[in-house]
Amino acid sequence: MISTSSPLTQARLQRRTLLQSTAALGLLGLAGCATSSIPTRAKVVVIGGGYGGATAAKYVRMFSDYKIDVVLIEPQDAFMSCPLSNLVLSGGKQLADITVPYTALGRRHGITVVKDTARAIDTQRKTVTLAGGATIGYDKLVVSPGVELMMDGIEGLRAAHASGQILQAWKAGAETVALRRQLVAMPDGGVFAISVPEAPYRCPPGPYERASVVAGYFKAFKPRSKVLILDANPDVTSKGALFKKVWAEQYKGMVEYRGQHKTVAVDAKEGVIKFEIQDDVKAQVLNVLPPMRAGSIAVQAGLNNQGNNRWCGVNFLNFESLVAKDVHVLGDSIQIAPVMPKSGHMANSHGKVAAAAIVAELAGWEINPAPMLTNTCYSFVDNKNVVHVASVHEYVAAEKTFKAVAGAGGLSPAPNELEGVYAFNWASNIWADTLL
Amino acid sequence: MKKNALGLALCLGAGLWALACVAQAQTAAQVPTTQPMLYVKSLAATCANCHGTDGRAVEGSQVVSLAGLDKNHLVTQMKAFKAGTRPATVMHQISKGYSDSQIDTIATYFAAQKK
Repeated sequence: MISTSSPLTQARLQRRTLLQSTAALGLLGLAGCATSSIPTRAKVVVIGGGYGGATAAKYVRMFSDYKIDVVLIEPQDAFMSCPLSNLVLSGGKQLADITVPYTALGRRHGITVVKDTARAIDTQRKTVTLAGGATIGYDKLVVSPGVELMMDGIEGLRAAHASGQILQAWKAGAETVALRRQLVAMPDGGVFAISVPEAPYRCPPGPYERASVVAGYFKAFKPRSKVLILDANPDVTSKGALFKKVWAEQYKGMVEYRGQHKTVAVDAKEGVIKFEIQDDVKAQVLNVLPPMRAGSIAVQAGLNNQGNNRWCGVNFLNFESLVAKDVHVLGDSIQIAPVMPKSGHMANSHGKVAAAAIVAELAGWEINPAPMLTNTCYSFVDNKNVVHVASVHEYVAAEKTFKAVAGAGGLSPAPNELEGVYAFNWASNIWADTLL
Repeated sequence: MKKNALGLALCLGAGLWALACVAQAQTAAQVPTTQPMLYVKSLAATCANCHGTDGRAVEGSQVVSLAGLDKNHLVTQMKAFKAGTRPATVMHQISKGYSDSQIDTIATYFAAQKK
């Protein structure tokens, strides 16, 4: 064994100490440590360490009894959860509370985590090239890059975003904290305007949850302030009746909802949002969510064959791309089945179905002909009270798609604290199921 | 620069540690995963999002761990959720998505898992 004075042991102890101190902050700068040697090929390569990709990576290892080698490519140091990130805006949580390191995927599950960005996929030669220059060959590729925010879909937004004036904070991280700062700096009596893109977009109830919890913050600390929801859709796209009741009762006179408001341009200097039809709106804090499409690597690889070429069509039995063999697309990037939300819970569910199919195919077995998916989505209406929507989805072979099981699923009757407790427990358990 | 140099040095140590931990995880898979078992695991995994991988919820979770619970208890609870005789926030809605045969399969799987 190694003597206690060996440099290896010292390094290990030093690393542990560092891990402990950085874990307290919830920010791990050393996750890229596993990348010291990048393999030239792997049976399974996964692009994207979110709810979909990380789950697929872990479950390929588990379902194969740890026999299939997996490389996970992820540019971020640590996972930061989009679910619960609205509570960072309201002040109910810190970014560290919703941050989970990638280290366990390597240590516990033997996944090679490469801290890098996938730059190109060659679906003929079956290789992925990374920004850092390395090329990795694969037998099976999982593409789970989330969404790309189409900044150019709204005039002036790219520049306003780059300057930090108009934020999205739709991908949890530094921007979430920056938007929180804007809300804290806003004088009482100000207006927070959130612009919602046409569906489909990541996390259907997310904008309405955000509006609600920000209103909760205003109610406690800036009671003369207002929240304005400017929605490109004709009506609230998820949990509509529940949210509207909250806005009418809990946040009376504070939250205003305007449907059919499609944002076409922004003027960051004046703090103005411009619409296709209606008059301009001026606000002190602007949160403009542009239209979304499949993550850029999926588009770059030409996997975006459906939904006006914004989303990737898949065979729902194994999540294999309809245009590239042995490439499986998961999560928010896919063209959804009926009533399938673009959610973290759903991406985790995709990851497991794809992992089982990949393991079966590599073993030469028939793919499970009857996969199932679940979704449970909790939305906070303030820092404690929650409403949910839940569904169960079964693969229907005759229609080659997933359909919600009739009679199953449903909504909360009203916001309640008990589900607030369960929502936090849901988060802890799904983060562990995905990453630990 | 300093951080990069440190990172490289630390990687050397992490390699051995990683090997030990992987070995530990691998011993957890006692029974080889056959084709029918893969389908069972895939079905049971639909519970793991909330109840934890292999039914082991995180410490202190108020969403219950399913691993190692009595099979009959699991089946009875799921049927009570389905029938609406056990009050719930979400399980009365989720349970209705599973057939009695699927519930039997899931319950058998979780009952066999270590707590």
